[in-house]
Amino acid sequence: MSIQVRDLRKTFGHFKALDDVSLTFNSGELVALLGPSGCGKTTLLRIIAGLEYPDSGAVLFSGADATFTHVRERGVGFVFQHYALFRHMTVFDNVAFGLTVRPRRQRPSRGEIAERVHRLLELVQLDWLADRYPDQLSGGQRQRIALARALAVEPRVLLLDEPFGALDARVRKDLRGWLRRLHDELHVTSIFVTHDQEEAMEVADRIVVINQGRVEQVGTPQEIYNAPASPFVYGFIGDANRLCGHAADGWAELAGLRVPAPEFGQSEPRQVTGYIRPHDIQLQAGDQGEGVAVRVESVSQVGAALRVSVRIPDGDTSLQVELPHSGGRWPFQVGEPVKALPRAARVFAG
Amino acid sequence: MSGAVSSLSTPANAVVTRRAVTEAAWLRILLTALALAFLGVFLVVPLVLVFQEAFSKGWQAYLAALTEPDAWHAVKLTLIAAGLAVPLNVVFGLAAAWSLTRFQFRGKQVLITLIDLPFAVSPVIAGLIYVLVFGSRGWLGPWLEEHNLSIIYAVPGIVLATVFVTFPFVARELIPLMQEQGVSQEEAALTLGASGWQTFRRVTLPSIKWGLLYGIILCNARAMGEFGAVSVVSGHIRGKTNTLPLHVEILYNEYQFAAAFAVASLLALLAVVTLVAKSFLEFKHQRDRERATRAAARQEAS
Repeated sequence: MSIQVRDLRKTFGHFKALDDVSLTFNSGELVALLGPSGCGKTTLLRIIAGLEYPDSGAVLFSGADATFTHVRERGVGFVFQHYALFRHMTVFDNVAFGLTVRPRRQRPSRGEIAERVHRLLELVQLDWLADRYPDQLSGGQRQRIALARALAVEPRVLLLDEPFGALDARVRKDLRGWLRRLHDELHVTSIFVTHDQEEAMEVADRIVVINQGRVEQVGTPQEIYNAPASPFVYGFIGDANRLCGHAADGWAELAGLRVPAPEFGQSEPRQVTGYIRPHDIQLQAGDQGEGVAVRVESVSQVGAALRVSVRIPDGDTSLQVELPHSGGRWPFQVGEPVKALPRAARVFAG
Repeated sequence: MSGAVSSLSTPANAVVTRRAVTEAAWLRILLTALALAFLGVFLVVPLVLVFQEAFSKGWQAYLAALTEPDAWHAVKLTLIAAGLAVPLNVVFGLAAAWSLTRFQFRGKQVLITLIDLPFAVSPVIAGLIYVLVFGSRGWLGPWLEEHNLSIIYAVPGIVLATVFVTFPFVARELIPLMQEQGVSQEEAALTLGASGWQTFRRVTLPSIKWGLLYGIILCNARAMGEFGAVSVVSGHIRGKTNTLPLHVEILYNEYQFAAAFAVASLLALLAVVTLVAKSFLEFKHQRDRERATRAAARQEAS
């Protein structure tokens, strides 16, 4: 089922949680709502779920208006950050809950319910925990049970609010891959909220970057990373060197680095801010060749990459550079003069 | 969750504590002895004395004091007052706790403070305000008289006063509990298609059940034992507006000590039953948790 939201606005007191948000979620895709905490992403998810109502705007499910449809009738599966499992019920009863509260006529028989619950528990690979209480499960197990519970009612859309936010790093990584595989199997339209860019990059088909209640950019993980649409996205996704300078005649001068800036063709110099990814800077030993002369400040190896920090002599600006490294001696030593040449950069006005 | 964790970790903790405690043995013994002596003097001795006095003229006199019509009427009136006050306050307590923990609104703090009012004011004042409102010279007195209704010096007044002094118990027990539990379980139930009533009955109620029962027990004990407020509105009409505590006072003032203590022993018995019920609930609650944990451990091992 496809979901559309149009011109959503929501304020809490003086705080603008959502400011004119319009988005389309296609049927069967897995979308991440990504942004810093307090950016409005959870509010958006809760409005789609029907747990919150917008001040203005509309929510459409498969084209039909569902803005004020009660959460009970929306057919959404919701997974909470802190699981929200029913503590006084066994795992089995938790998963069966959505089926047992149906009106008598639509309720499956006991046998059917049991069969369906066990099938779901097998799907999340926790069939052996059916008689446990939520207290007795680990965080990762709880979240998988919460997911099975949400899937039991065969939701038209699955909404996950920071599903792995309360788990430790290792479990989180496992569950990410698992969620992706599960989605590939079920193909139910899914939206999940996260503040972890790595999680969004790894799991989602598309990412919606939200900041201060507004949509900054929508795109595939590649698009978001390779062509950030705004300074915020550049700074939020991945590492970037942020440099101030001036631009004119299609070129920008950023702390001594000269980069193409085709958007600034005017002859009058304008103040700009440029962003350069650490791996988009080339370093060449010695003081010959193209680029700006810099001095190596520090070198460290992280996995298969070499992280070099270099200082531009005229000013306090440091550049972070990342180079592939396949072992052996480091090509640069601290204090050595080198030439830095940016291969790609993105320049924004201001 | 905390229940299971604490019950699991208790034995280990106990060992650690014993080692970590640095107080000398004599100090520990002294403190324990002090606490026991205090309990003995202020609780056990009076309780024993109540029963001793009650039976001082033998079984026959004891039974006679309890089966006497006025005493019997006092028992019935006490049961009526508690029987009305407790359900009313359960409904009120649930409604108050629900609205205070589930909704944001102006004046919430004021409402919380107001719920505590009966704890803060003297029960005598609680009685007096009803006399001022419903008494023959009160605001509504003339109107009530015209319509032949009596509240003060009658059963309705006693019920009203009892409801007033006992209304914080259930609400006070539930508010922190529901605050701690939050709304996400209820939201989860709603997203799964449960109606408001199903959510309340299958999700909210089971998770507050122990707190609710505890509140009911305390509320009931106070409703049956209330003296001050009821004394002011009752008028002490024998066989008509006397509750058990008031009956005890009358008998005592008439120097019928054995009878007074016999009736008092009923109230003391109520207190004991209340405490036993309360301990039983706590025990059962804990045992359920432990049983579940043990079952889990067994499964883990196999």
